[in-house]
Amino acid sequence: MTQTESSNEVMIELDELTKHFPGQANPAVDKLSLTVKKGEIVVFVGPSGCGKTTSMELVNRLIEPTSGRIILEGEDVTNSDPDELRRRIGYVIQETGLLPHRTIAHNIATVPKLVGWDKQRISERVDELLTMVGMDPDVYRNRYPKELSGGQRQRVGVARAMAADPPLMLMDEPFGAIDPITRERLQNEFLRLQAQIQKTIIFVTHDIDEAIKMGDRIVVLRDQSHIAQFDTPEAILTNPADDYVADFIGSGASLKRLNLSRIRDIEMATDAPIGRMDEPADELARRLDASEWSAILLLDDRKRPTRWVNAQDLRRPGFDPTTMGLKARAVVEPHATLSDALNELISSNGGCAIVADGDGAYLGVVDLETIMAAVRAMREQHARFYLAAKNPDTVEV
Amino acid sequence: MATDTATEHPEETIGAQTGTPVKIETSSTHRSLIGWFGMPVFLILILGATYIWIQGRELDSIEQRVLNQRVLTEKLVEHLQLVAVSTAIVIAIAIPLGVILTRPFARRAVPITLAIANGGQAIPSLGLITIVVIWMGIGFTPVIIGLVAYSALPILRNTMVGLQQVDHSFIKASRGMGLSPMQVLMQVELPLAIPVMIAGIRTALVINVGTATLATFFGAGGLGFVIFQGIGLNRDPVLITGVVMASGLALLVDYLAGVAGHFLSPRGL
Repeated sequence: MTQTESSNEVMIELDELTKHFPGQANPAVDKLSLTVKKGEIVVFVGPSGCGKTTSMELVNRLIEPTSGRIILEGEDVTNSDPDELRRRIGYVIQETGLLPHRTIAHNIATVPKLVGWDKQRISERVDELLTMVGMDPDVYRNRYPKELSGGQRQRVGVARAMAADPPLMLMDEPFGAIDPITRERLQNEFLRLQAQIQKTIIFVTHDIDEAIKMGDRIVVLRDQSHIAQFDTPEAILTNPADDYVADFIGSGASLKRLNLSRIRDIEMATDAPIGRMDEPADELARRLDASEWSAILLLDDRKRPTRWVNAQDLRRPGFDPTTMGLKARAVVEPHATLSDALNELISSNGGCAIVADGDGAYLGVVDLETIMAAVRAMREQHARFYLAAKNPDTVEV
Repeated sequence: MATDTATEHPEETIGAQTGTPVKIETSSTHRSLIGWFGMPVFLILILGATYIWIQGRELDSIEQRVLNQRVLTEKLVEHLQLVAVSTAIVIAIAIPLGVILTRPFARRAVPITLAIANGGQAIPSLGLITIVVIWMGIGFTPVIIGLVAYSALPILRNTMVGLQQVDHSFIKASRGMGLSPMQVLMQVELPLAIPVMIAGIRTALVINVGTATLATFFGAGGLGFVIFQGIGLNRDPVLITGVVMASGLALLVDYLAGVAGHFLSPRGL
């Protein structure tokens, strides 16, 4: 196993954790040992029935381990008060479990109330968290869960888990019950959030693509939670430990690598001509002519992309920037993967995807050429890796 | 109740500070005017009509002995006492019992307890009270015991069903956040079970109003006295007054319990 990251502090250590349910021949989780470092996302991935959810529930002792130890921040919590332990560990489940008879604010306040925060502090924290997950506190604070969409409920679920600022969070297929488009957005949003908050997260999914996208490191599990491979997504894709892992990754490994690189990591094109909606047409036309592009991107007063207009549009009498040209579609965030960007640009009409930050402000564009260049670079890197892997004397694998 | 992706909001955008919220479902929480006032108006009309009809008649001395304010008030109060005391006792017994029976450690006691409660309701009410009276003699207490035995099942069963139908994800999430089992019961399970539990209490109340008319046979009075006087003395005005009062009381109690249920049920369900 390669230790790719510099030796960080250990957040949680599982030591030969075992769960043997009464009446079953084999343990559901058999001697699971692993260490999760501070600030990383470790994804448990595996087929259904491999024990990944059970393993996660052993961590906060929703299921009491039969044997083994759990060490959280250097403290053995295997036999401590389970309720106290759970208040220190954020918990998000697929169905969100938002209490339907409580308002959004009340739901988020659950753990802060349990640990005895005062009212003022709780209500400030609720507003802070709602803002953090992109929901206006004034609008949503007093709503009930049934008045939200599935995606919004999941955001509140994440906010609730973070309420008392737990050092560790457990997320059990948090985006599993959400439609693919919203899931994609929530994943990106969550990664952006994680870049700010740097939580330690154990994330369970059965979806290898999600694992590759979300994980700093991935634990591929087989039956009884035996670890088949525990490594970075890159290493698992490039160098699966055995046939089981290779099968689980599936045949689309090359395409999946596009999930590994994010737009912020590659060079995006920033030379696309841009203009403001209120600029005169001839000024825009001059700028467009000076560039190598066939269309100029108009931004609104908050720098959000609105429309692509070409030279013909600009020459037309009575040029109206709100209706002419093409609506700017295919907007992705820097946290989106190349796979997301490729998807967007294929379905867009302009042949390129616009990159915008969390508030929608323009940053640059990504076109097919940019992505190809990134793929080429990745391939060369992997070739080097394969060569190194064949010669184990030089690299520890 | 379960997470329904049907309400997924398609216009949702990443990090949208201005996302338009889903339209609030209000139809289920708003009652129409007929829903709120239909029953009271109906009761006033029926009771008023009966009163005017009786007032317009020459009552003979036998009828006068029953149909006077003192007797009718006394019987009504007796009836209300029977219903109030028996229902209070049933609630005090059946709800805690229902809670205990839905805890994992009591799983084995469920079939036997339900069998007893079922038995209490399966035996005809008159027979059930008779058995208690044979055992204890006549009076207020044996009748109350009979009523309690007869109406325990709906509250017990609805408490259990109400608790069992609470979506497991709510319990799991609550436990996972560090609520103790008692906190989960008080803050999650019981509030979510309230609508179903109130329906059970409502059924028990109506059963008790009806069954308490039999109390007159066992020396505990109640509106049954008026009805059976009407039958025994062959006086229709007396009989009809008793029937209208007993039925009106049942309908009124049912209506009030419904209103109470509406206001006691947690919002957001």
